[in-house]
Amino acid sequence: MTAVSKLLRRSETAVLAILLVVMIVIGVINPAFWQADNLFNLLRANVVIGIMALSVLTVMISGGIDLSFPAFAVAAMYLTVIAMNAAGYQGVVLPFIGATLIGLLCGLANAFFIHTFRMIPMIVTLGSASVVRGLLLGLVGTSIINIDRMPPSLIAFGSSTVDIGSSKLSLMIFIYLGIALLMWVFLTRTMAGRAVFAYGDDAESAKRVGFNTRRTVYLVYGLAGALAGFAGLLHASMIWLANPRDFVGYELDVIAAVVLGGASIFGGRGSVFGTILGVFMLTLIKNSLIIMHIDNTWQGVVVGCVIVIATALTAWRDRKALV
Amino acid sequence: MAEPLIELRAVTKRFPGMKALDSVDFQIFPAEIVCLAGENGSGKSTLIKIVSGIYDFDEGDLLVDGKPVADFGPRAAIAAGIQVIYQDFSLFPSLTVAENLALNRLLSEGKTFVDPAHRRRLGAEALARLDVAIDLEATVGTLSTADRQIVAIARALMSDTRLLIMDEPTTALTGREVDRLFSIVREIQAKGIAVLFVSHKMREMLEISERITVFRNGRKVEEGPTGEFNEARITRAMTGHDIGHERHVWAGDTEAVPRLSVRGLAVGEAVRGIDLDLHRGEIVGLSGLLGSGRTELAMALFGMEPHSGDIRLDGALLRLASVQDAVAAGIAYVPEDRLSEGLFMQQPIARNVIASAISRATRGPFLDSDRLNALAEQVVSDMRIATPDIDKHAGQLSGGNQQRVVIGRWLLTNPKVLILNGPTVGVDVGSKAEIHRRIRDLAANTGLAVLMISDDVPELIQNCNRILLMHRGAIVDCLDARSVEEDDIHGRLKGLR
Repeated sequence: MTAVSKLLRRSETAVLAILLVVMIVIGVINPAFWQADNLFNLLRANVVIGIMALSVLTVMISGGIDLSFPAFAVAAMYLTVIAMNAAGYQGVVLPFIGATLIGLLCGLANAFFIHTFRMIPMIVTLGSASVVRGLLLGLVGTSIINIDRMPPSLIAFGSSTVDIGSSKLSLMIFIYLGIALLMWVFLTRTMAGRAVFAYGDDAESAKRVGFNTRRTVYLVYGLAGALAGFAGLLHASMIWLANPRDFVGYELDVIAAVVLGGASIFGGRGSVFGTILGVFMLTLIKNSLIIMHIDNTWQGVVVGCVIVIATALTAWRDRKALV
Repeated sequence: MAEPLIELRAVTKRFPGMKALDSVDFQIFPAEIVCLAGENGSGKSTLIKIVSGIYDFDEGDLLVDGKPVADFGPRAAIAAGIQVIYQDFSLFPSLTVAENLALNRLLSEGKTFVDPAHRRRLGAEALARLDVAIDLEATVGTLSTADRQIVAIARALMSDTRLLIMDEPTTALTGREVDRLFSIVREIQAKGIAVLFVSHKMREMLEISERITVFRNGRKVEEGPTGEFNEARITRAMTGHDIGHERHVWAGDTEAVPRLSVRGLAVGEAVRGIDLDLHRGEIVGLSGLLGSGRTELAMALFGMEPHSGDIRLDGALLRLASVQDAVAAGIAYVPEDRLSEGLFMQQPIARNVIASAISRATRGPFLDSDRLNALAEQVVSDMRIATPDIDKHAGQLSGGNQQRVVIGRWLLTNPKVLILNGPTVGVDVGSKAEIHRRIRDLAANTGLAVLMISDDVPELIQNCNRILLMHRGAIVDCLDARSVEEDDIHGRLKGLR
């Protein structure tokens, strides 16, 4: 097989091609699309969903599914902001470490149930999401922390930009790309990352080959929780608001983006680059719908269609590959 | 003689309520090829698991290189150079060939980071050792079964392997692929590695091995150089009695209107211009290499493949556009893969047998459970299905009993034509003879016409009155089973490649 035909067979190539076509079409309809301000805004909208997608990607490669990340993100975000306000703390690094740790602990709890009781990840994460959201609203509070009560250090961090020409590009994009690079190294260049693929492909074989599958499960869900926690606080910093009811419906958007990026819901397949493209495609679609003044409710229809069509395509591809 | 590589002395393994192995002595010497024979549940899988360190045993000693080993776990087995290739190969279908090959070594090196170039080098080395060419960057899921097996073998030989255990290695292979496997096995042997085969197929055991050990009910019942064995002796040792080799005699009238008559049947490119007559009471064998079109022919007769040509049943023209058409006409089909195509594993036997004849157990729109149970009991006794009751799930039965459920189900529809595709694949010898006897009885007593598709030549010779060979979509040979010899058919099949 030549390098070119191999490249053409990769699902990332297809996503990239579709992406370019969509961008050209949108650009024709509305030339303002290509303005740097709009593109930078679009990129900024990728950051939080993108980091969450990377966490879901890891879980999906391992053959599982994670429906708890929005709940973990909201818990990490809200608890950290409340703690900062209570302590009067003004900093950035420590809060982000705290939020990440909260997410990590929640993720490890998922892993405990999934591994110890051999439970289906969907049920475990559905349950833990409900528990975490319920506890947060019941024990911690239901009030939205507005811009006037948000820690100024977080707001300053979330709105930091770099000037490119006359436009400002959010620095958060580099955090996202940095995390993506780390995830790529982890998934493709470390044994622990290859263990995730092997486990998702065939858990029993992974055990026979000598992988520590327990460690893999804890790693996958712990990492997913940690990324969700980090993304949660980053989200609050970027919108200057901490809402304990935030991230409702993110499950679908993020899973749609990951599937769109070519990951298999049956495990064993998926890539960081594909996921980045999938996230970009999804934000592009939602962004265009907003620009075209299409009602919020219809966005759900579009995202739902995207997830079904993308899954159908990957299923079709997988079946064709087997024949 | 040299020291045995691994030796079991009076090893007993108990499971609740049974002795899986009963005071077994067993040895394997370096660079020998040993075959392990035995019916399902005879203890051969238990033996493999003890030798590979997965099972602990209750009594006896295990010696590696003449020295007793106290705590023999999976790691100790791997350290002693023992590698097992399971039937499912334990490969990763979404990963590349190179990665599948390299994983073991990379894991034992204990590195944190993976270098793709190093990985490819390890993979290339592993394939070079077997002198085979497989694309290292291909994902394993896209390979043929035979190539996947070679990847599994290559992977097993990456470490310092001294004994390679292969569990039913030839089940999914075609004749030519078996030949290639055997030449690889001989190369492995030439490198000083011992190979332990577990197989159902006697012909292959006799071809490849130097020593045969037969197990029955947890005991070693026979052992000796392969030269001292023939199929009858292995069968006798496995089952404890002689399996009758009666043949199917058909003395019907070839001039009568055939039960099933096929003229000019074509299925796309796979089957071209087939003419075929099956008379009442005939059992006609059909063999051919994989891809000869035999399965497509069967599927067309069962209404599952669009086709052209005439199909007549007792002289009346049939239109078989769907499975429902075929069932209504009285055609029954037992598929090749009963696990995925034939049985509802999580459902009780009773529901499984009634699945194709549900209208016989209904009252109005409702199921009549009394009638259903009566029919199910009848099938269980007719087919001699070994089960305590009809509520047991199909998945809990042995392979032979599962196959009887599938065949029994069709008998409830009172078929006129029965198409069997690989009727005894994965069924052990005793059960196989029972199924054969039942099919011959049905043909002789009810006027059923049977088309038996099989790779198992002795099975065809024993049960059929005529044997057809198919090649590239056409019937190329028609043999009289009374006068044909097994080797003759094997020779003809090889000639078709």
